Amino acid sequence: MTSRPMSRRAFLASSAGATAGALLAAPALAQAAPRVIVVGGGFAGATAARALKKADPRIAVTLVEGSRTFTACPFSNLVIGGLRDLPSQQFGYEKVAADGIQIVFARATGVDPQGRTVALDAGSSLAYDRLVLAPGIDLRWDGLPGYTEAAAERMPHAWKAGPQTLLLRRQLEAMEDGGVVIMAAPANPFRCPPGPYERASLIAHYLKTRKPKSKLIVLDAKDQFSKQRLFQSAWKELYPDHLEWVGLSQGGKVASVDPAEMMLVTDFGRHKAAVANVIPPQKAGLIAEIAGVGDRTGWCPIDPVTFESKLVPNIHLIGDAIIAGGMPKSAFSANAQAKVCADAVVRLLAGQPPAEPRLINTCYSIVAPNYGITVAGVYRPVDGVLTEVPGSGGVSPADVPRSFRAQEALFAEGWFNTITGEVFG
Amino acid sequence: MSAARILAAVAFAVACAAAALSAAPELPPGASSCTGCHAASAKVDTAVPRLAGRKAADIVSQMQAFKTGEKPSTVMGRIAKGLTDAEIEAIAAWYTQQR
Repeated sequence: MTSRPMSRRAFLASSAGATAGALLAAPALAQAAPRVIVVGGGFAGATAARALKKADPRIAVTLVEGSRTFTACPFSNLVIGGLRDLPSQQFGYEKVAADGIQIVFARATGVDPQGRTVALDAGSSLAYDRLVLAPGIDLRWDGLPGYTEAAAERMPHAWKAGPQTLLLRRQLEAMEDGGVVIMAAPANPFRCPPGPYERASLIAHYLKTRKPKSKLIVLDAKDQFSKQRLFQSAWKELYPDHLEWVGLSQGGKVASVDPAEMMLVTDFGRHKAAVANVIPPQKAGLIAEIAGVGDRTGWCPIDPVTFESKLVPNIHLIGDAIIAGGMPKSAFSANAQAKVCADAVVRLLAGQPPAEPRLINTCYSIVAPNYGITVAGVYRPVDGVLTEVPGSGGVSPADVPRSFRAQEALFAEGWFNTITGEVFG
Repeated sequence: MSAARILAAVAFAVACAAAALSAAPELPPGASSCTGCHAASAKVDTAVPRLAGRKAADIVSQMQAFKTGEKPSTVMGRIAKGLTDAEIEAIAAWYTQQR
C-alpha cells in the first residue's frame, strides 16, 4: 500500500536527505501530467471533472460514466406530478468533453488501490494517480422483503430519474379516479431527505386537480423528516382531502411488499394500492463496495477537508455515497463537495496542503406550483466531521405571505438552471 | 553540500514554484459552494441574482445586510450567518473577477 500524501513539512524533512534521483521519482514531480480518474458523471462527478481541469489544465482528467445521457433527480418530482417533461431533466456530456476531459462511456467494474487502476466492463483498465468516486446510490434489493428489481416494475421507486420516473407518472395517469396511491418512505439516511415529501405534495396536487376522488397515503419508517412543519402546514392548507401521512409511531413502517397483490404490509395492517411508489433503503453505489471504501453502514467515510476515503488512500469520494456529517445527500451538496474535493486533489498532486473548506447546501422543495420552501446550511470540518456552523442555516420561515413561497419557487428553478448550466452547459 | 544535494534543492524549488503557479487558490473557502446558485459563467440563464463581475463592495454590503437581517431575503440571511466577515470579503473579491 502506498503512503498517504506528504504534507509540505514532511516532504521537506524527508527530502533533506534524499538524492536528486529519488526526488525526481516522486510522482508529483516526475509526471508532467498527473492522471485523475473520476467515476460517475452526475452532479458530483461531472462537477469534479470540470473543476479539476479548470484548476490545472495539465491534469489528465478522465470521466468514466455508464450513460450517455444524464437524467437529473432534482425537479423529477414535477415530472411525476405532470408539471414538467422528462427531456427538461436530461443533459449530455458534450460540453464536459469540450473542456478537454476524456469521457469513457463504460462501467467501472473494479479498482486496484495498490496498482492504482480502474477496470472497465469493456475489459480495459485505466491508471490513476488519484481516483475520485462519485457513484451515487444503489437501492438495497435486500432491504425490504418482497421488493425486488422485478417488483420495481410494478411498484416503481422512481428514486433514480429516468424510466422509473415516467413509469410512476404513467401509472398515476392510468389510474381511475378514486384509486388509492401509497408511498413507502424509508428510514434515514437516503438520497434527498425532503424528496419523498416534495413528491407526496406534487402527487397530491395531481390528484386534487385531475383525480379528486383519489388520495395519497404516505407510509413512513420515521416520525421526523426534513422541513416537516413547513410540509405539514402546506398539506393542511392545500391538500387536506388528498394526502395522509402515517409516521413510524402510528404504524407507518412498511415491513414487506407483495407486488402481485399491490399490497404494502406494516406491522399493523395491509394496504392495497392502485399505484404504489416504494422508496426502498439505499447504500453507496456498487463501485464503492468493490473498491473497499464503504463501511458496514453501506456508506463511505471520508476526510472532510480532502474528501479522501478514510479506508483507502488516493481514493476520494463525493456526493450521495458519502457519510457527510450534517450535510444532506443532495445535488447541491454533491456539487459543493466536488469543487472542494477537486481543489484538494490539485493541491495534493502539487504537494501542497489542502485548504480547510466551507461548504453550503440549499435544498429547494416545490409543494405546489409557485410554492417553494428551502432548508439551507453552512458546514465546516470540526473534529473530522462536517458540522453546521452554529447560528446559520435552517428552514424557510413559517408565517410568511404567499409571495415569499412564490419567490422561493422561482429561485428553485433558478437554482436548477444554474447548477445544470454550470455542470453540463 | 554535494552536487547531488544542490541539484535536489534546485529541483525541489522549481517544483514548488510550478506547484504554486498551477494550484493558486482561485476560490476562497466557501465561494466554491456559491456557484451552485450564483453562476460563475455568464452563459447561464437563471432567475438567481448574478454576482459575477459585480463590485466587491456591493456584494459585501448586501451580504452584511442579509446577515444582520436589515435586508429581507428568502435564503441568503440563513447562509450569510454562517460566513465570517473575512470569508464574505474573499467571496466578493472572487466574484468581482468573474465574467
